[in-house]
Amino acid sequence: MSFLSSPTNFFTSKLNDALGWARKFSIFQYPFVTACCGMEYMATNCSHYDQDRFGAGFPRFSPRQSDVLFVVGTISHKMAPVLKTVHDQMCDPKWVVAFGVCTCTGGFYDNYSTVMGIDTIIPVDIYIPGCPPRPENVLDGLMKLQDKIQKGEQSRTLYDPRTKIGRPAELAQGYTIEGHIKHIESVS
Amino acid sequence: MTQTRSMLLNVGPSHPAMHGVIRMIMELDGEKIKGVDIEMGYLHRAFEKMCETVMYTQCFPYTDRLNYVSPLINNVGFALTVEKLLGIDIPERAKYIRVIMSEISRVTDHLTCVGASAMELGAMSVFLYMIKAREFLWELVEEITGARLTISYVRIGGVKADLTKGFADKAFGKIADVRKVLIEADELLSRNRIFIDRMKNIGKISAEDAIAYGVTGPFLRATGVAYDVRKSNPYLIYDKLDFEVPVGSTGDNLDRYFVRMAEMEQSLRIIEQCFQQIPDGPIAGDLSGVVIPAAQMVDRAKMGQTEDLIEDEVNLDPTLQGSTRKYHDAINANKKDVVLPAKENTYGNIEGLMNHFKLVMYGHGIKPPIGEVYFPVEGANGELGFYIVSDGRDHPWRVRVHPPCFPIMAALPKCLIGDMMADLVPTFGSVNMIAGELDR
Amino acid sequence: MKPLQRVQEQFSADIIETHAFRGDETAIIRPSSLLAIAKFLKETPELDFNFLMDLTAVDYLFYAGGRIQKEFRFEVVYHFFSLKHNHRIRLKVPVDEKSPEVDTLCNLWASANWYEREVWDMYGIKFKGHPDLRRILMYEEFVGHALRKDYPVNKRQPLIGPQN
Repeated sequence: MSFLSSPTNFFTSKLNDALGWARKFSIFQYPFVTACCGMEYMATNCSHYDQDRFGAGFPRFSPRQSDVLFVVGTISHKMAPVLKTVHDQMCDPKWVVAFGVCTCTGGFYDNYSTVMGIDTIIPVDIYIPGCPPRPENVLDGLMKLQDKIQKGEQSRTLYDPRTKIGRPAELAQGYTIEGHIKHIESVS
Repeated sequence: MTQTRSMLLNVGPSHPAMHGVIRMIMELDGEKIKGVDIEMGYLHRAFEKMCETVMYTQCFPYTDRLNYVSPLINNVGFALTVEKLLGIDIPERAKYIRVIMSEISRVTDHLTCVGASAMELGAMSVFLYMIKAREFLWELVEEITGARLTISYVRIGGVKADLTKGFADKAFGKIADVRKVLIEADELLSRNRIFIDRMKNIGKISAEDAIAYGVTGPFLRATGVAYDVRKSNPYLIYDKLDFEVPVGSTGDNLDRYFVRMAEMEQSLRIIEQCFQQIPDGPIAGDLSGVVIPAAQMVDRAKMGQTEDLIEDEVNLDPTLQGSTRKYHDAINANKKDVVLPAKENTYGNIEGLMNHFKLVMYGHGIKPPIGEVYFPVEGANGELGFYIVSDGRDHPWRVRVHPPCFPIMAALPKCLIGDMMADLVPTFGSVNMIAGELDR
Repeated sequence: MKPLQRVQEQFSADIIETHAFRGDETAIIRPSSLLAIAKFLKETPELDFNFLMDLTAVDYLFYAGGRIQKEFRFEVVYHFFSLKHNHRIRLKVPVDEKSPEVDTLCNLWASANWYEREVWDMYGIKFKGHPDLRRILMYEEFVGHALRKDYPVNKRQPLIGPQN
């Protein structure tokens, strides 16, 4: 189908492009800083590395005003409900960056108090590994996030450690394995 | 009939003016703080439990992440405690290197603390300048350790790698740069009316209260008590160095700021003295052999061509630079049951290989005698003590860290009660709470 | 005179054992005498232990792989420091598994308050007379005491999210 036969599609897709372009250079981030990675986050934000060059220099300390959640540092089980609340308070469209290996997988803190990856609680768009990641690595992750924002993609899946596959975030409440299998069958 | 009730206000655990996860539930009478309940544990990562499950050398990465603003001091503290448990001494040069790295870490810690608390009072440019200075020092740290922040540089019985060639000159250059930044920050803050109004006579604590709560470090020294572990129990080579312990008088936020600023200057002085006193290391090129890649050395050793191999130096990964044989003995204790052999010995002869595996294999490792020791070092926030119980096996039976932040946070309500709500921010900034160390 | 000697003279009947491994003077004392000895350490001028530097506990279940049997499972460990005389002493109090309870030192040193809460949280040892014995590091919903040797290192009790 060419755009001549459906001019509306042409305009909406171009409009989305323009919106994505505008969004990717005005990232309002909420830094959810808990641990060591915060030091590298500071370094990335300050003059040597300067995140502001990517339009992401201005942290908003209210989840309701921000559209990218930077989860910086280990999330413990005591902290997890707070993270979920903050994420729920953000308006769509929203993106989540897992900064550092503890947020990606739990890192080497495989113990009773640490959440093994925040993607078991909230959907994650960009994973920046490293313990802590170097500022260059963070900037690389930021550029990947900009690509994602440009395309208008958002992650909607959570990771399930039992089945080792992602599941839709909407099913997170009241989740059962049987329901999950049914869901997979209905999708495929 | 009117009724007066105080208001409960929740601050944290994720709050813009709090660099660290902690929750405070405050009882307010108007703007005045009547009571504070501090809830911690949001960054509990089970440091102590994890250390019980790994070997002694594997504890170092966990200690890095205790006080992540000055990880080298944690490394040094843990290594010294295990060395006390083993009853070994380390070479002079390694001691100097440890002191140099500790003091660099102390400066980075204070820079972060002062910069962040100034930022929270609106002085954004001071924060940018101080992070710039911290970046200078991290470049030094990176050159020696191979990492910026979580370094795992210290080893039991020594350090990982020697100082690089020409490091002293580079360090002097960076120290001069840092001094410039400190003077700049001092000009911006120390006579700044807004800054002084918000810091002076705010967050006061008396020396008696601080001692009762077991507070140490800059927080205690700001109240006028000159207690510093480096002076009272000089470890490493601190008794050979000339430095002062700055003290305050009133124990308010401004005193804590001045103590930290003065301590940074003293730490820079210590680093300079260390470079003058440090015993000479090996000079590059005093081996007759050639430099060959590690894989080639292993191949030749496997073929049995080991006669001239003893002369050669191995070409290692850049992060291990400065740890080859010619540096090894000057920076590590001569103890085969504690210190890993130089890489040439591991790759080039069977004795070295066996020695290496005896130390890294599960069930072998470093085995201290049965006993228990406590060793304090001066961390950036106060006395950082490790208490280790050994059961004679390769795992620590119990590792307890005495975190300097913990008593400070216990004493924080004393500072806050009676002040205004807005004074929470400068007071909390000036105590330099590090959640990784507080919650472990 | 060394602090340990002084304590030994005063409380010879209450001290089970002493040692000075690597120079750390240690006295293992009977739980009943803890308050008296602590008061003595704080208030005697030539000892003057004004800092309770650290307070923790050790679990000796299966100590050294079960080769060494301890009479009591837990030990509460106190580190005292005197600013004036610059000396240190360590007290250890054996605690039974069935009724883990010792006296609180909150009335002598304010720093004991939080340390004792931490020991209660991590080991489940109660402190008689403590004003506010709550969990401090873990959340109230957490079942068990994490640093006990029989608590598995990766047994998680999440508040939200999957039970992994």
